Amino acid sequence: MRKHLILIAVALFGTALSMGVASAEEGEGSLPHAGTDIKNIESLQRGARNFMNYCSGCHSLKYVRYNRIAKDLNIPEPELQASLMFTSEKPFDTVISSMPADAEAWFGKQPPDLSLMARARSVDYIYGFLKGFYVDKARPWGVNNLVLPATSMPAVVSSLQGLQKPVYHSEKDEHGSDTMVLVGAEPMAPGALKPEEYDQFARDIANFLDYAGEPIKAKRQSMGVFVILFLLVFFAFAYMLKKEYWKDVH
Amino acid sequence: MSDQVDHSRRRLLTAATVGTGAIGVAFAAVPFLTSWLPSERAKALGAPVDVDASKLEAGQVLKVVWRGQPVFIVRRTKAVIDQLGGHDDLLADPKSEDADQPDYVKGAARAVNPEYWVGLAVCTHLGCSPLGAFEPNNATQLAGTDLGQGWPGGFYCPCHGSKYDISGRVFKGMPAPKNLAVPAYTISADARISIGVDNAPKKV
Amino acid sequence: MAAAPGSADPSKTRGLVGWIDERFPMTKLWKEQVSEYYAPKNFNFWYYFGSLALLVLVNQLVTGIFLTMSYKPSAAEAFSSVEYIMRDVDGGWLIRYLHSTGASAFFIVVYLHMFRALLYGSHRKPRELLWIFGCLIFLLLMAEAFMGYVLPWGNMSFWGAQVIVSLFGSLPVIGGGLVEWIRGDYVIADATLNRFFALHVAALPLALVFLVIAHLMALHEVGSNNPDGIDIKKHKDASGHYLDGIPFHPYYTVKDVVGVAGFLLIFCAVVFFAPTFGGLFLEGPNFEPANPLQTPPHIAPVWYFTPFYAMLRAVPSFAGTQVWGVLVMGAAIVVLFFVPWLDRSPVLSIRYRGPLYKIALAIFSVAFIILGVCGLKPPSGIYPQLAKICTALYFAFFLLMPWYTKIDSVKPVPERVTGHA
Repeated sequence: MRKHLILIAVALFGTALSMGVASAEEGEGSLPHAGTDIKNIESLQRGARNFMNYCSGCHSLKYVRYNRIAKDLNIPEPELQASLMFTSEKPFDTVISSMPADAEAWFGKQPPDLSLMARARSVDYIYGFLKGFYVDKARPWGVNNLVLPATSMPAVVSSLQGLQKPVYHSEKDEHGSDTMVLVGAEPMAPGALKPEEYDQFARDIANFLDYAGEPIKAKRQSMGVFVILFLLVFFAFAYMLKKEYWKDVH
Repeated sequence: MSDQVDHSRRRLLTAATVGTGAIGVAFAAVPFLTSWLPSERAKALGAPVDVDASKLEAGQVLKVVWRGQPVFIVRRTKAVIDQLGGHDDLLADPKSEDADQPDYVKGAARAVNPEYWVGLAVCTHLGCSPLGAFEPNNATQLAGTDLGQGWPGGFYCPCHGSKYDISGRVFKGMPAPKNLAVPAYTISADARISIGVDNAPKKV
Repeated sequence: MAAAPGSADPSKTRGLVGWIDERFPMTKLWKEQVSEYYAPKNFNFWYYFGSLALLVLVNQLVTGIFLTMSYKPSAAEAFSSVEYIMRDVDGGWLIRYLHSTGASAFFIVVYLHMFRALLYGSHRKPRELLWIFGCLIFLLLMAEAFMGYVLPWGNMSFWGAQVIVSLFGSLPVIGGGLVEWIRGDYVIADATLNRFFALHVAALPLALVFLVIAHLMALHEVGSNNPDGIDIKKHKDASGHYLDGIPFHPYYTVKDVVGVAGFLLIFCAVVFFAPTFGGLFLEGPNFEPANPLQTPPHIAPVWYFTPFYAMLRAVPSFAGTQVWGVLVMGAAIVVLFFVPWLDRSPVLSIRYRGPLYKIALAIFSVAFIILGVCGLKPPSGIYPQLAKICTALYFAFFLLMPWYTKIDSVKPVPERVTGHA
C-alpha cells in the first residue's frame, strides 16, 4: 500500500511538473488572461461575426467550413449567408479571405491563416495581441504590439479600441546601467468602444479562434464524461471478477 | 481452508465484465466505421451542380460533371417530344418500371420539364459514356454504325452497341439492362438546373 | 457434442475445434501458452506493464492503419491532410488523438516495464536474451516514434528531423554523405517525408511485431520472473505443477483486465480532456506548417526523447567536432544491452539486495527524470550543469554496477514466494 502511495505521489509530481513546464512554455512576458469559454455559444457567434467583419479581409481560415460554423454555433443558413459569408456563396466552402497572394509586398509578410493560431500559440496570446497595439512612429504602419514586437499588422482595431501609448520603466540591466524597459501600454485616445466593451470584443474573437482551432473540442469534452463513467463501471466489474477468482489463490 | 467455489457468482461477474467490455468495444468501433463515410470534403465536392441551360438550343446537348460522373442535359425539339410515346415496341422498359430515377420524372418524357432531359451519361451495361444522335432519321450513322430504320433520336453507346431513346430508355435486346439513370434535380422556369437537389421542396 | 464413432480418446478435441486441431495446433498453443502456462502467483503492480504495452501496440497499429486511409504523405499535402482528418473525416479527430496519446502512453508503459526488470532482476540469467529483445524493441520504438512525429509535417516535425538527422553529419568521414543519403535530398524534404512514411507505416511495425513475438517466445521458454526473484520451478507438486505458480488463464487474464481498465481510465481522460497534455504530447509549434525559413523559438524533441537529448547537449565539443555528444547519446542506449552482464549480484530482486543497489537505482531514476526536464528546457541557467551531472550519474549506474552489486550486502532469499496479489 505504501509503495502504491509513493507511486501515486510520483505520478502527481510528474504531472504537476509537466503542467509547470507547459505553462513555462508560453513565453517570457505574461499574457493577459482571456477568460474564454468554448461552450458560450453567444460569445462564439459574436466572435464569428467580429472575425468576418474585421479580420477575414486579410486572414483566411482555410480549414474551417462555413457550414460547420453554422452547425456548431446554431446559426441558421439565411443568417449565415447574410452575416458571415462575404467571399463565397457555398456553405461547404472554407473561409478564404479576399487578400491577394502578393500581399507580402504590402505588409512585408503574408497575413497568416488563423485556423490553428489558438493551438499554435494560445487564446491568451490572441487576446493579448488584440489588446496590445500601441503607437510607435518608427514602424511602417505607425503601430507596434506588446505581444508580437515589430508586427507587420496595422492596427485595424484602433477605430474600436482607440489608441494606446507605450509605458516604460527604468531598470538596471545586467551591467548595472539604466535602461528603459517596455512594460505595457495605456490609453491615449478613445475609440468607439468602452474599454470593457473592447475587452469583450477581443475575448469573443479569441474564443471564436479557439473554436476554429479545434471545432470538436466542446463535443469531445462532453463525450469524455460518458467514457470515463462507463470505464468506471467496467473497472468495478473487472475488479470484482478478479477478486472472486483470486479467492482460489493462497 | 478451501471454500466452495461460487460458480454462479463467477458466471454473473464474468457476464457483467464481458458484457460491459463488449459494449465498450462496440462503441469504440463506431468512429473507425464512420470514418469510412463520405467526409465533409467528399460531400462538398459532391455538392449540387448548378447549370444555366437557357442558352441551349433545341437539339443541342450539354455535358456537365456531378459527383465525378458525366450528366447529359438535352434540349429536345417539340417534334421529338410529341413522338415520345410512339415507339414503345422498340423499348425494353418503356414505363421505366425498373429504372433508377426520382419519382417526379414519370412517363415517357422522364423529365420535370419535357423540353429539357437530364440524365446520367453512363451506360447501364458497363459504364461507358454514350454518344448523342438526337435527330429522328432513317440511316443515321454514328461511330461507323448504322442506327437502323426508324431511329427515333436518342443515344448510342459505342462500346458494345447499346441504344437508348431520347428519354434515355434502353432498346430491347441490348447489352445494357436498364434505362439511363436520372439524378435528383430541379429546374426553374428560366431553365436553371440544379443537379443533386430534389425537386420536392425541402426546408434547408 | 457427440463423440465421433470409434473415437474414445478423451484428450482429443471434437467438432469444429477438433477439425482445426488436427490441422493446426490451436488447442495445444492455447494450453501451452495460456491456460496451462504457470506464472508465479506473486505478480504485483509492476507486472501490469507488459500486457499494457501489448494493448498500446495494438492501439497504435489499428489507429495507425485508419490514419493512413486519409493521410497524404507528401510535403505539399501532409499538414492539410491531418487537419482534414481532424475536421472533415467522421470520427477522425478521435482516431488521431488515440494515436498521438498512444505514442506517449507507449513510452510511459515501456519505461515502467523496463524499470520493473531492474527492480526484480528480470534481465538476469536465464533471461538475458529476453532483455536483449526488449532493448531492440526499445531502439526500434524510438526510431518509429521519431519518424511518426515527422509525418504531420508541422514546424517542429521539420526542425526536429533537421536537427536529429544532421547529428549523423558529425560522424567523421562518412557523415556528410550519410546525412544526404538518409534525407534523399539536400535538406529535409518531400523525399525524406515519403521514405519515413514507408518505414513508419510498414517496415518498422512489421519488425516490431516480429520482435514482440520473439520477446514473448523467449519469456515462455524460461518462464516469468517474479518480485522475489526466485525460481518457482524448483518446487513442484505431485502432478508436476509449480507450487508457487498459477495458470495464466483465468488468473492473470482476469487480473490484466483490471490493469487494462485502470489504464484506459487514465488514457481516455487524457484523450478526451487533455490530448495535447500542456504541449508535451502535441507541441504548439507543430500546429504551424513546416517552414524551412523559420525555426521555432525553442526546438525540443517530444518528452520521451528529452533525457537522451539532454545528454547529447551536455557533452561539449572537443577537437572541433560535436561527435562526442552523439556517441554519448548512442552509448546511453547501447549500455542497456549489457546490463545482464554488468549486474553481479548473487540475488535478483531488490527485496534481497543491500542499500547500495537501492541507492544507485534511486539516483539513476531521479537523474533520468531530471535529464528529461533538462532536455525540455532551453540550455541556460542551471540546466546545462545539471544535465552534465545527471549524465554522469546515468552512466555511473551502469559502469559501476559490476563493482557495487558485487560488494553490496544481500539478505537471505526465501525458498518460496512471499505473498500474492
